[in-house]
Amino acid sequence: MENLIGLLVVAPLLGAALLLCGGRRLDKSGHWIGTLLAAASFVIGVVLFADMLGRDGEQRALHTTVFSWVPVGGFQADVGFQLDQLSMTFVLLITGVGTLIHLYSVGYMEHDEKKRRFFGYLNLFLAAMLLLVVADNYLLLYVGWEGVGLASYLLIGFWQHKPSAATAAKKAFIVNRVGDVGLSIAIMLMFTTFGTFAFGPVLESAGDAGEGKLTAVALLLLLAACGKSAQVPLQSWLGDAMEGPTPVSALIHAATMVTAGVYLITRSGSIFNGAPDAQLAVVTVGAVTLLFGAIVGCAKDDIKKALAGSTMSQIGYMILAAGLGPIGYVFAIMHLVTHGFFKAGLFLGAGSVMHGMNDEVDMRRYGGLRKYMPVTFVTFGLGYLAIIGFPGLSGFFSKDKIIEAAFAKGGTEGWILGGAALLGAAITAYYMTRVMIMTFFGEKRWQPDAEGNAPHPHESPRTMTIPMVVLAFGSVFAGGLFSVNDAFLKWLEPVTGHSHGNSPVSALTVTAATVVVLVVGVALAWFQYGRRPVPATAPRGSLLTRAARRDLLQDDFNHVVLVRGGEHLTRSLVYVDHSLVDGVVNGTAASVGGLSGRIAKLQNGYARSYAVSMFGGAAVLIVATLLMRAV
Amino acid sequence: MNPVNYLYLAALLFTIGAAGVLIRRNAIVVFMCVELMLNACNLAFVTFSRMHGNLDGQIIAFFTMVVAAAEVVVGLAIIMTIFRSRHSASVDDASLLKL
Repeated sequence: MENLIGLLVVAPLLGAALLLCGGRRLDKSGHWIGTLLAAASFVIGVVLFADMLGRDGEQRALHTTVFSWVPVGGFQADVGFQLDQLSMTFVLLITGVGTLIHLYSVGYMEHDEKKRRFFGYLNLFLAAMLLLVVADNYLLLYVGWEGVGLASYLLIGFWQHKPSAATAAKKAFIVNRVGDVGLSIAIMLMFTTFGTFAFGPVLESAGDAGEGKLTAVALLLLLAACGKSAQVPLQSWLGDAMEGPTPVSALIHAATMVTAGVYLITRSGSIFNGAPDAQLAVVTVGAVTLLFGAIVGCAKDDIKKALAGSTMSQIGYMILAAGLGPIGYVFAIMHLVTHGFFKAGLFLGAGSVMHGMNDEVDMRRYGGLRKYMPVTFVTFGLGYLAIIGFPGLSGFFSKDKIIEAAFAKGGTEGWILGGAALLGAAITAYYMTRVMIMTFFGEKRWQPDAEGNAPHPHESPRTMTIPMVVLAFGSVFAGGLFSVNDAFLKWLEPVTGHSHGNSPVSALTVTAATVVVLVVGVALAWFQYGRRPVPATAPRGSLLTRAARRDLLQDDFNHVVLVRGGEHLTRSLVYVDHSLVDGVVNGTAASVGGLSGRIAKLQNGYARSYAVSMFGGAAVLIVATLLMRAV
Repeated sequence: MNPVNYLYLAALLFTIGAAGVLIRRNAIVVFMCVELMLNACNLAFVTFSRMHGNLDGQIIAFFTMVVAAAEVVVGLAIIMTIFRSRHSASVDDASLLKL
C-alpha cells in the first residue's frame, strides 16, 4: 500500500511531462490524457482511503521512505511519504475536485489553441500539491510548496498576451516569494533547533525547545501561510490572480492551493501549541482577513473578484480556527473541505456564466440569467446557500463550528474573535446575496459590445455542467455527513488532537445568532439590490465602498510603503556608493597617481643626477654604518 | 713610509674621479674619471692588504682590473655608437630615457 502513495504524485507528474514535452502530436488528445491521469490519481486516493478505513484510528497513518535524498554528514534529507488522516483528507479533496475541474476545463478551454499546455500545467499543479500534502518532512513539503507556486504563476499568466495577466502572474509570484522566504528560514531554524526536519521527530520534540524558538518558527510559518493563503498583509495577489482562466481560479485560487497555509499550520500544530504568542498572531491575521476579504467582496462588480474576496475571507475563517489550537484544528480542516466544494462550485458557475456571456465579468451587465442557464443557476444557488451558511447545508455546519470555537477561546479574546466571525458571517450573507441577485435575478442588463455582438446567454456543455452538479451535491451534503456522529472530528482527532474549550455561550445560542446575522445580511442585500433595479454603471458610493473597490487600498499601501520606500532606499544606497565608496577608491587612485607622477620627475635622463643619487646613497650608508658602530 | 699616506692618496684620487663624473660632460672624460675611481679603490685594496698582511686585497685588485678592462670595451663601444648617431659625446645630450 505504501508504494501507492508515490504513484499518487507520479501519475499527474507523468501527465505534465507527457503534455508539456509531447509536442503537437498530443494536441488532439492531450486534454483527455490530462483528465485521465488526474482521475487515476483520484482512484488511487480512493483505494488508499478504503485501505485506511480498514484499520483502527491510531494505525491509520502510512509511512514510507523512498530514497535518501541528501545524505551529508549530520544532514539527512530523505524523500519520504506520510499518509495520515489529515493528508488523506487533502488527497481526496485535491484529486476529487481536481479531476472535476479537469473535466470542466475540457469544455471551458475547448476553443483555446494552447489547451494541451493548459492541461499540462494543471497536472503539474496536482503533482506539486499532492507532494505538498504527502511529504513526510518540511524540506519535501517545501518542494511541493514551490511547485504549486510555479504552477499558479504559469496558470495565472496563461493568457500572457494580455499584459494584465502577465503582471498578475508576476505579482502573485513575487508576493508568494515573501512568504516562501519565511518558510525556508523556518525550516533552517527547525534544523538548527531539532537537528532534523522530518515531521515525526520535529513535532514530537517541539515541546522540548524553548518557547522563544518555537515562537520564531511559528511566526515564520505564519508568514509562509499568509503568502500562500493570501492573508493580510500578503493578500494583494489573490484579486489579480483572477486574470487566470476560471477553472484555475476554482482549483488553485479557491479550493486547494490557497488552503496550503491552513494545512501548514494544522500540520505544525504542536509547534503552534507551544507558542501562544504566535497563536495570537495567527488568530489576529485570520480575524482581520476574514473581515478584510468580506468587505472587499461587497464592493467588487467583477464576479470573479467578488468571489476572490470571499475566498480570502473564508480562508481567514480557517486560519482563525487553526490559530485557536486544538479547539479549532479539526474545524479549520472541515471548513476547508466544505469550502473546497462550494467555492469551486461557485467559481465554476461564474465560469459557466462568463462562458455564455462572451467572457463578460461585470455583474452590472448580467441580470435575469436564471431563465437562460437553469443548471448553472441551481448549482450556483446551492453553492450560495452553502457559503452563507443556510441551515442544513455544508457551510452552516463548518462555519458554525468555527464561530463556536472562537467563542470557546474564552475571555475578551474569545468575545472579540467570535464577534468578528459573526460579523464576517453577516457580511458574507450580504455580498453573496448581492452576487446572486445581480447575476441571476432582476432585469437583463447586457448590451452589445463595441463591435455590435450582443451576448446570447446559453447553458454550458455537459462536460462543464456535470462537475458543477457534483460539486453542488458536495456543497449540500458534505457538512451534514461530516457532522453525523461527529464523524469528521473522530476521523481527524488522532492526528490533530481536539479539546472542547469552555464556551461562555451555548452552542444553540451561537447557532441562533448565526442564523440571525445570516437573515440580516440577506435582507440588507435584498433591500439594496433586489427591490430596485441595479444601475448599469456603478454609483460613486461611500468612502468605504470606493476604498473597498480598490481592495481597501492594499496596492496603494504596498506602492507607497514598499515600492517608494524601496526606490528611496536604492537611491540613497546608490548615492552612498557613488560618493563614499567610489570616492574612497577614486581618491586613493588619484593620490597614488599624483605621487608617482612626482616621483617620475626624478628620472630626468641625466646620468650625472643618477650618479649623485648613487653617491648620496653610498654616503648615507657609510654614515649609517659608522653611527651604528659608534653605538 | 706610513701606509696610511697611500690611503689618503686613494681618497684624493677617488674624490677627483667622483667630482669629474659629476661635473664633466664629455663622455670620454667621465669615463676616464670612472677609471680613476676604480684605480683609487685598487690602491686602497692593495694598501689594506699590506697593512693586514694577507693577500685578499691584492686578489680583489686583480679582479677589479679584469672587470675594468671588460667595462672599458663595452663602455667605449657605447660611446662610439652614441657619437656616431648624435655627433656629440656629451652625456647631457643623451638624456632621452626619461618620462
